[in-house]
Amino acid sequence: MAIPTVAPAGALHMSARTKTRIIDSDVHAYLNKGTLARFLSPFWRRFYADHGQHSYDGGHYPRAMPQASRHDAWPPDGSPPGSSLAFTQEQLIDAYDLDYAILTPLTGAGEILNLDFGLAASQAINDWQLEDWTSKDSRVKGSLIVPYESGELTVAEIQRWGHHPDFVQVLLIARTREPLGQRKYWPMYEAAVEYDLPIAVHFGGNGGSPLTGAGWPSFYIEDHAGMAQSFQAQVTSLVSQGVFELFPDLKFVLIEGGFGWMAPLMWRLDATYKKLHRELTRVKELPSHYIRKHFWISTQPIEEPLEDHQFMEMMGHLDMADRLLFATDYPHWDFDAPDRALPTSVPTEIRKGIMAENARQLYRLPA
Amino acid sequence: MIDCDIHNEVPTLSALYPYLPAHWVDYCEESAFVGPDADDYPEPMATSYHPDYRPLFMDEAARETQGRVALVQEHVLDKWNVTTGILNPSYRVPSIQSMDLAESMATAINTWQAEEWLSKDARFKASLVVPSQHPVLAATEVKRWQGHPGFVQVALPVRSRMPYGNRNFDPMFAAIEEADLRVALSFGGAPGNPPSGVGWPNTYFEIYAGMAQVFQSQVMSMVYEGVFDRFPGIFVALLEGGFTWVPSLMWRMNKEWKGLRHNVPWVKELPSEYIRRHFRWSMLPLDASPDPDQNREILDQMGGEDLLLFATDFPHWHFDSTREIWPPFMGEETRHKLGVSNPQTFYNL
Repeated sequence: MAIPTVAPAGALHMSARTKTRIIDSDVHAYLNKGTLARFLSPFWRRFYADHGQHSYDGGHYPRAMPQASRHDAWPPDGSPPGSSLAFTQEQLIDAYDLDYAILTPLTGAGEILNLDFGLAASQAINDWQLEDWTSKDSRVKGSLIVPYESGELTVAEIQRWGHHPDFVQVLLIARTREPLGQRKYWPMYEAAVEYDLPIAVHFGGNGGSPLTGAGWPSFYIEDHAGMAQSFQAQVTSLVSQGVFELFPDLKFVLIEGGFGWMAPLMWRLDATYKKLHRELTRVKELPSHYIRKHFWISTQPIEEPLEDHQFMEMMGHLDMADRLLFATDYPHWDFDAPDRALPTSVPTEIRKGIMAENARQLYRLPA
Repeated sequence: MIDCDIHNEVPTLSALYPYLPAHWVDYCEESAFVGPDADDYPEPMATSYHPDYRPLFMDEAARETQGRVALVQEHVLDKWNVTTGILNPSYRVPSIQSMDLAESMATAINTWQAEEWLSKDARFKASLVVPSQHPVLAATEVKRWQGHPGFVQVALPVRSRMPYGNRNFDPMFAAIEEADLRVALSFGGAPGNPPSGVGWPNTYFEIYAGMAQVFQSQVMSMVYEGVFDRFPGIFVALLEGGFTWVPSLMWRMNKEWKGLRHNVPWVKELPSEYIRRHFRWSMLPLDASPDPDQNREILDQMGGEDLLLFATDFPHWHFDSTREIWPPFMGEETRHKLGVSNPQTFYNL
């Protein structure tokens, strides 16, 4: 939960001293007012002016801070946090000397009820990422935004930009309308594999059902802490529906859901599979086998055990140290600073992997 | 030894007729109502009956309450030398839409338990069924039985229409605290809303495995929304939801509280402190690591030796063999805590 209390310049010295390479797998780029309209066709620009963005309701929990952002993350011109490449460079990419920053724009495009407009908005956001971000800084990579509730429209957008080297993954939001193992999402997976793009699932969203399996909670703290349960439901669905037997090259990246729950989830799924395997017609192996093979997980918000030695115990249970990807979640309030997020108990080789090399390998980024 | 989770299911709706008002018996007969809309333990499913127990329940004798009492006596109480067995019926009264019928059904089931279970064997203790979808009626049902020596807790399905931390439930928790009963959240429920935060799954596998996340959501709700600040005498047993997820949930809840405690100013201590004080977990299903050392680490991380309660979960299938129910990674001292001292303290036995 480390909101930095030191000047970014101090971090630069630290990074230079230790020479830890850093790839940040969760950097939020936000649309400025008017940006979406700039990239929409005249028809959809008019439509957007008339209707805005109708989405699922019921899940509005006012954030802890404006734009859920660090108070110091507002660019000098007053534009929203994360909307200025120059300021993101100054405060994050240059300050911590990042090798790469993976953009994860949170735009709500996949939650737009009108799927045609969802596609138009996705296209506009993808064009914006290329024009305003990745083409201006080779350290910045984009995530393809798609109207994921429609398989065919999602496939169309993956085909449009899937070959572009600046898009390194397809980006979804954790709370989809149905669990991600369902058939409606399979065309997306087929296209992602064809273009060799991992599917990233980021914290948040609203797919129209209550936040928990027991209805709607009352407070933002429950919305924020409770996302881990939705991530677990997604992993359970993907494994149990046999998605990885259908698409053996499919890769998933779970962003901002934590990872302490993953080992106990694997144990539970394996135990349940031993009793109920006959129901899962496409599944051939223990669930943990698929999880360790097909999933990558970002670190932030990193687990903070009650006692220091328990962190490496948890890492031992997880046995996925080569699958963890460091993330800051810039510019959000719960930013994890690169120089202080990982506990000191993490050995150097594992640390190097988490901080940069696991992501470099997954996204095939040059050294 | 004390077994904290034995299922005493209602064999047929007609078993409750002696305890229902005549007009509801007529209604059940005329409307072809067969009982609450719940499918928590589908009969053919492997988790619903241990293979050794399945034939017993397919037998004619198990269609009568008396036959089921005998099965529990023979296969749990006598066999494992259980001195107290806590009964948990999973009859889903909270999923009956008509609150009038739900209210009468709850009273009928509780009377059925008192007459046909508790009075037959002093080793039995039982859990009250209440119409929790209407907390005021639930409170009335709790008060009806206040002081009855056989009932030790109120059983609530873990799946609910809204999380139990919501203040709408306050009248129910006030009555439970007043009656000095424990709360049990049990696997399942049929509230109508999806069992996950991402909609309805395809398979029972997902519903079954995913129930652990619903337990997690309820822990989060009850701690963050202040149930234990308003009702410090409420203590909750989580039955059949696993426990190996507890350390990671504690860590996450503590971390969130450090950043967002201004959301919930009544929460005055680390959430893990509330969790350790107010929650207990039944031992099964273990959902354990294949590595015994890792299981001991999990127990150590959660302080599990003091928080787990021995349970057979009869007749469900969560232990491999009906000859040995203790997992090898638990030593004698741990077994004594889970089987004797933890439940004695928790239930005031």
